[in-house]
Amino acid sequence: MNSGRCAACKHLRRRCLSDCIFSPYFPPNNPRRFAYVHKIYGASNVGKILKDLPVSRRAEAADSLYYEAYCRIKDPVYGCVGLITILHQQIYNAQWQLDRIQAEIAALSTTTDHRSQSEVQQVENVGSSFLPDQNGVHDSNSFYDISNWFD
Amino acid sequence: MVGNSPCASCKLLRRRCAKDCVFAPYFPSDDPHKFAIVHKVFGASNVSKMLQELPVQQRADAVSSLVYEANARARDPVYGCVGAISYLQNQVSQLQMQLAVAQAEILCIQMQQEQQAALAAATAPSLVQLQLEPDDDGDEKSYFLQPHQLLNFTSNNSNANVIYDSFKKESHLYGHDMVS
Repeated sequence: MNSGRCAACKHLRRRCLSDCIFSPYFPPNNPRRFAYVHKIYGASNVGKILKDLPVSRRAEAADSLYYEAYCRIKDPVYGCVGLITILHQQIYNAQWQLDRIQAEIAALSTTTDHRSQSEVQQVENVGSSFLPDQNGVHDSNSFYDISNWFD
Repeated sequence: MVGNSPCASCKLLRRRCAKDCVFAPYFPSDDPHKFAIVHKVFGASNVSKMLQELPVQQRADAVSSLVYEANARARDPVYGCVGAISYLQNQVSQLQMQLAVAQAEILCIQMQQEQQAALAAATAPSLVQLQLEPDDDGDEKSYFLQPHQLLNFTSNNSNANVIYDSFKKESHLYGHDMVS
């Protein structure tokens, strides 16, 4: 029958049976989907791959087969492996940049810590002049006690 | 056919290996698994068509990528190579996020340093000036730093800007879109 055939059976010019392995995943409104898959893998191989899988996984498998076939048609030499290579390179570059920035952060943080410590030391050196001597007495000719400035 | 021995493809297909066999240069007889996996996933006929449509100098790379895809499909019959692509894209996204966070962090640190440098320049000399003398009647008093004393101190931020400018020059290297 001509009406209601899936894209696979239309392409293969055969009857589309009720238990056709392709029909759930290759609807007639998208003939290119099966054409690509058929060109790269062949109908027989695709049928075998789908039949070896549980029904619940077949839709995802059909999608991935279509994606890989599409990549192979667009790039007959490398297919989707070309994309994997590009992604590996992107990861390498991003990791290198991240390592570089993190090293800069570490260096800047060290500079900030040293500067903070030296500023704290400077304040302590000057501030110690305001402290009373061991007998709790301030020298009237020396620095004034600032501790009550913040009362 | 290399020498007299048939290539791996012709051995598996049980046919005579011709001199101009399209498979022979890429499927030597000492590695039968290589052709077996490609044949299982793609089929010998499809592989032959694909190789014949390519210039000779590109066929070796094509065979390598077909073997890679076939092995990936054998390991993961549902997703094949697409599983690896999805995983790698996820890694790229994560690294992009980490890069953005690190860039924000470095910016914060540089701003902090600028503020500290400005603060240090504005306040450090004033600490030295706190050796104050009592007023004329001899009473000991606590004196706050007077406004006219503050006006004498100018901050020097020229060094703080150097780091920020060099970061701005480099920032264009980090800002491009990573994912195609």
